[in-house]
Amino acid sequence: MCGIVGIFLKDPKLEPELGQMLSSMLCVMTDRGPDSAGFAIYGTGAADHVKLSLRAVEGYDFEGLAHSLSVVVGGDPRLVVRASHAVIEVPADQEAAVRAALAAHHPEVAIVGTGARMEIFKEIGLPSAVAERFDLPKMSGTHGIGHTRMATESAVTTAGAHPFSTGADQCLVHNGSLSNHNDLRRQLKREGIAFATENDSEVAAGYLTWRMKNGATLGEALEAGLKDLDGFFTFVVGTESGFGVLRDPIACKPAVMAETDQYVAFASEYRALVNLPGIADARVFEPEPATVYFWDRAA
Amino acid sequence: MNAFSPDITFDLAQSELRELNGALHKATGETNAKLWRVLNPNGRHALAAGVDAPLTIQVEGHVGYYCAGMNQQASIIIHGNAGVGVAENMMSGFVHVLGDASQAAGATAHGGMLRIDGNASARCGISMKGVDIIVKGSIGHMSAFMGQSGNLIVFGDAGEALGDSLYEAKLFVRGSVKSLGADCIEKELRDEHKKLLSDKLAAAGLSGSIDVSEFKRYGSARRLYNFHIDNVDAY
Repeated sequence: MCGIVGIFLKDPKLEPELGQMLSSMLCVMTDRGPDSAGFAIYGTGAADHVKLSLRAVEGYDFEGLAHSLSVVVGGDPRLVVRASHAVIEVPADQEAAVRAALAAHHPEVAIVGTGARMEIFKEIGLPSAVAERFDLPKMSGTHGIGHTRMATESAVTTAGAHPFSTGADQCLVHNGSLSNHNDLRRQLKREGIAFATENDSEVAAGYLTWRMKNGATLGEALEAGLKDLDGFFTFVVGTESGFGVLRDPIACKPAVMAETDQYVAFASEYRALVNLPGIADARVFEPEPATVYFWDRAA
Repeated sequence: MNAFSPDITFDLAQSELRELNGALHKATGETNAKLWRVLNPNGRHALAAGVDAPLTIQVEGHVGYYCAGMNQQASIIIHGNAGVGVAENMMSGFVHVLGDASQAAGATAHGGMLRIDGNASARCGISMKGVDIIVKGSIGHMSAFMGQSGNLIVFGDAGEALGDSLYEAKLFVRGSVKSLGADCIEKELRDEHKKLLSDKLAAAGLSGSIDVSEFKRYGSARRLYNFHIDNVDAY
């Protein structure tokens, strides 16, 4: 069992409240997932720049790391440190060089996700502790997704916590369990997709990454997943412009949505939505099985 | 708000759910405390589960899992949506969901009536054992799976595999059926079934709302009751 949540704001006035709303939703889902928690927030981004969400041990010298990267990017990159994580912002055309430098000289630092606007944070512990550690309630943004994990398929580790990155500005949270993840992982490894854990959800993320590398849109990748992923899943996928929802055809895992003029929200259970503004008058509904849903900011 | 003057009001923004359920379990219906109103249910689970008294309980908002589970005698009216397993294992009484119901509505219920004004998701009436379920909207896949007795009446459409491995539950669907499950077949809608439908709709307060001859009847082909090697592909 796990808890997943997502919120997409239509009304820009609520953007400063995004972190508070997501934090409240995550904490209600503690009974569905007390082992670890994580979230992705889509905040501001600078043109032609990319944000790298990095993770290391608590107390790691991210300042020193950023400084050492200044040679690569030509000047100290913008850096925000939050406990065991840090977000550095570098020119987009330097991303490959930064990745190479991190891989060569800083194997102790993991890249959790990258994108123009997406930032990912995840840790073991109760959702309330994780939210507080990264100061989630103070974050602002246009949309975000989150996950509370009750581990079933693999160990309780930070690397096994969700969200999993599936590409630039894209990430995935999963409630359920896949039964063909070992086989699929072997196949995807042969296709050049790298995995950091034994986690089944990471395989789903890797699968979507692989599909999109081969030209599929996210929607097409999710559709294909209905055929290739065996097991139970409710996925929420964060994208640069919004989020998507997909449930397996059997729909064993719960999902409820609420929509108002101000936002669209997703949660495993309605309880997680009750603190949202105007929820009493929201349209509350259950997403259909085997149907891809997207809520997007108009381009 | 409806014209309902409760004897007791529980505001779950102020009181614990256990306090409400504990009070409902002690209620006999023989005192003046027959009409209950519950405010701010906020998706809480197992609300008004296990009631066994002739009470009327109005719930003002959306509820979580297993609301009105194991109900006996009580009328429980939910002014909102219901989560998984509303009225599961109900024995008697009346449960009315004014919004949508999630999966497994009325699961294994032995008696009473469950009326859902919106849609019901997958596995509606799974393993039903005598309950009457009336859904004004549509129902999801695998509904009435292994249904043993009772009536499932659907004004809208049914999803995939309706009535899979059905025993003697009677299924009536007015709209389309995406597919029938193993051993479920369409049967003739005779006058006795039209009367049954009229009676059930009257009991649900829906008399005259619909022409009962528009329903199609589905039931068990009775080929899977006992293992038979000729039917092995269907198991």
